[in-house]
Amino acid sequence: MSQTTPTTPTRVGPGPTTWTPGKVGESDRRPDGVPKVTGEFEYSSDMRLDGMLWGATLRSPHPHAEIRQIDTSEAEDLPGVYAVLTHEDVPGRKVYGMEIPDQPVLAWEKVRYQGEPVAIVAADHPETARRALEKVHVEYGVLDPITDAEKAVQEDAPKLHLSGNVLRRIRILHGEGVGAAAKADVVVRGEYEVGMQDQAFLGPESGLAVPDGLGGVDLYISTQWLHIDQDQVAESLGMDPDQVRLTLSGVGGAFGGREDLSMQIHACMLALETERPVKMAYNREESFFGHVHRHPAKLRYEHGATRDGNLVYVKARLVFDGGAYASSSNAVCLNAATFACGPYEVPNAEIESHMLYTNNPPCGAMRGFGAVQACFAHEAQMDKLADELGLDPLDLRIKNALKPGDRFPFGQEVPPPAPVREILERVKVMPLPEEQEVMGRDLRGLPGGVSNVTHGEGVKRGVGYAVGFKNIGFSAGFDDYSTARVRLTVEDGEPLVEVHTAAAEVGQGLLMLQAQIARTELGVEKVSILPADTRVGSAGSTSASRQSYVTGAAVKLACEGVRERLFERAREELGEPPDGLSVEAGNVVRDGRTVVPLAELLDGDELEETCEYHHRETHPLDENGQGDVHLQYAFAAHRAVVEVDVELGLVRVVEIATAQDVGKIINPQALEGQIEGGIAQGLGLALMEEIQVKEGKVLNASFTDYLIPTILDMPTVKMEVLELADPEAPYGLKGVGEPPTIASTPAIVAALRDATGLELTRIPVRPEQLAGVSDGPPLPDEPTPGGAGYAEVGRLDGRRET
Amino acid sequence: MRLNLTVNGEQRETDGVWEGESLLYVLRERLGLPGSKNACEQGECGSCSVYLDGILVCSCLVLAGQAEGSEVVTVEAVSGDSGLHPVQEAFVEAGAVQCGFCTPGFVVATHDLLRRNPEPSEAEVREALAGNLCRCTGYEKILDAVRRAAARGEDAPR
Repeated sequence: MSQTTPTTPTRVGPGPTTWTPGKVGESDRRPDGVPKVTGEFEYSSDMRLDGMLWGATLRSPHPHAEIRQIDTSEAEDLPGVYAVLTHEDVPGRKVYGMEIPDQPVLAWEKVRYQGEPVAIVAADHPETARRALEKVHVEYGVLDPITDAEKAVQEDAPKLHLSGNVLRRIRILHGEGVGAAAKADVVVRGEYEVGMQDQAFLGPESGLAVPDGLGGVDLYISTQWLHIDQDQVAESLGMDPDQVRLTLSGVGGAFGGREDLSMQIHACMLALETERPVKMAYNREESFFGHVHRHPAKLRYEHGATRDGNLVYVKARLVFDGGAYASSSNAVCLNAATFACGPYEVPNAEIESHMLYTNNPPCGAMRGFGAVQACFAHEAQMDKLADELGLDPLDLRIKNALKPGDRFPFGQEVPPPAPVREILERVKVMPLPEEQEVMGRDLRGLPGGVSNVTHGEGVKRGVGYAVGFKNIGFSAGFDDYSTARVRLTVEDGEPLVEVHTAAAEVGQGLLMLQAQIARTELGVEKVSILPADTRVGSAGSTSASRQSYVTGAAVKLACEGVRERLFERAREELGEPPDGLSVEAGNVVRDGRTVVPLAELLDGDELEETCEYHHRETHPLDENGQGDVHLQYAFAAHRAVVEVDVELGLVRVVEIATAQDVGKIINPQALEGQIEGGIAQGLGLALMEEIQVKEGKVLNASFTDYLIPTILDMPTVKMEVLELADPEAPYGLKGVGEPPTIASTPAIVAALRDATGLELTRIPVRPEQLAGVSDGPPLPDEPTPGGAGYAEVGRLDGRRET
Repeated sequence: MRLNLTVNGEQRETDGVWEGESLLYVLRERLGLPGSKNACEQGECGSCSVYLDGILVCSCLVLAGQAEGSEVVTVEAVSGDSGLHPVQEAFVEAGAVQCGFCTPGFVVATHDLLRRNPEPSEAEVREALAGNLCRCTGYEKILDAVRRAAARGEDAPR
């Protein structure tokens, strides 16, 4: 197995990106745009080094089983195979996890979900690696899986973890709780269900681990948070964090799906074992097993209101299926509980939020993070209530809209700005798209497009509204911060600002934002953004819509530090009075008059500042579910117009109109991109996206069977943005990434209800529901090996046994 | 096996190709052309779009051996010596690029569309690009980019 090891080559990655960005508030041509359109941009799956090996992962075909024995000898003997590793080879901590380290790096004793990694191999060709996996013999003792969160809490349910099957329970008691029910004239009840959505980022999980020859390793990786990866990888390798250096490689989308580790530890283990660079890249099917998903949920609601439409109380019981491991489920459970009532003034509430372990695929972060599931239910309830009261659904929302100074059900005072009423009024007055004649229309303009077999006879139009909100930044006492190093220097006679953070650009435009801030604060034309890596302090995660706020604030702070030192220098060397100096177009100026060019003032020196920005402290909930939990709230309202072919159950979304509260627009084009893209994912959840799981097994791990919206599915988006500054945030901005994904889904479903008169309590809404064929055809009892979409995980002969 | 093909106007030969390798794999891993992307490897996402003898194909669905003797044009050859192709220019300007993983496929597919139909209607654009998945943009800016590229008239398609 061992062969002559070539000297480990050193990887030369892309260098800094230097350009002249726009200022804060301007659209900018993104600097990575040109390499991305030419194909030169290097994603994590594009990297290669001479002498590199390919890693591959053997995954459990069973959702729940004992591991009795693992025999790797046959795989090791295969020519071209350089390493076959199991849990016995994990040098350090055998488990990992962001909140609770409960997930095995490689399974031992038990597997708890289908697709759980059991062994890893490194070989000279991906096909050799795949064949080697077939030769790893794992003897499983198959166990009954727990596949229903409600059953996981039953006393006779087997315990999946030592701590039991309850991951978290939260109870919020507000006002008199359901004790206020007597004051309600009208009560509406509903039960809702949300299917398991996938982030479906296009760039598969991948990375390259390069041993440094001194016992350490460099990992080039697409992730959302370099430092939390570094900590977890180092812990499991039994190394100091500085022996495990991470550099961000090109990231092909994230949406929450890259918060947890995937192949990071595995690639490093293989690289250290073989003393060769090792690349791992999942294919699409493996990607479905390689990251966590959005939690499926069952939500039971009761809303009480007075006859004139004032909310009296809300009772809610939310049950989330966390799957086999904890991931970020704790925080999702908290978010869902705190967002359960929606952005409304609710005087009394009783909310329970349950998060359970099962043998289903692990769930965790996805854009909207707990607020999505709650919003689908509370918005359906608001429509139901409006219907019961004979009120316009939008007016009922406006009447109960939260405003600054109110209290959330968890006791926190609503901070300004909270323009819930304003955004609802904006979508109310936006002109509706003109109704087009259905009959005789170009088939491509009908629900179902050219695949429709009718000519529009059964097409009905509907309009629906929804509003939702999201916390920005990490909550509940987490010390959430970012680090920025900013250096002002002179290059070719021209001042240049270098910005170095570890913040992950995942496509959203963070490179531009950092550069815009640097240009604005330091008055220079040229900005250089250094590659994100662990040589600078943590930037926190590209999650929770927080990077513009938190890393934005860190970059601003570091720029201000550099600027202060510049002004000090101007005072010391030129005797300039301290007040009234500013920087503009490469000069220190006063009252529009140049005092001194930056290049001259620096005189060959460099000024560098490294700053951490920690946002205001937040607090965990107390035993009654009360506390100042969240940092910032961002709101968005949506109106959907749909056409439904009620005979065939086909839908055409005609238009989405939205109004969003953004604080301050930093980059108009990037903002629009976030809103449009977020709405597309909301549309997907409303109409088509669901990982179908039967008896713990995934039935549709492919883009053939897991559908995401195409260009034919997405309508025009009309948008209005409200710039009401948040006094605590840099430039007054609010996070913008998640709000578009939250209320767009319930708005579309409300429009479907309007068109069809159906109750539609489950998303995604399937054609058979719309056509009134209840649940549609029964699913096959067992997935068919070799059939389209059958999950090809585990060993081939193992699959044949099932 | 040994494979001979013309890629981006250059005669290329590569040895030791396993018979199961796709054209996409050969382009990315053997010929140093990773611009064509590997998002689904089953012909659903269009991120690996290339021209094979002048026809737009998903290179993940073409066995490398099938491309023997063929002429392949990848995203790397869309821009010429004079800089970006108008389609590429339009994608950058319109903000049609976010994570960018789908972008090479969209660029090639748009290039093909405008070559065949220089003034496509919106329905024609949507139909032509329905085989390309994008997860970031919601497609609005992509439509805008195609309109911009088309509006540049005969310069655009080459």
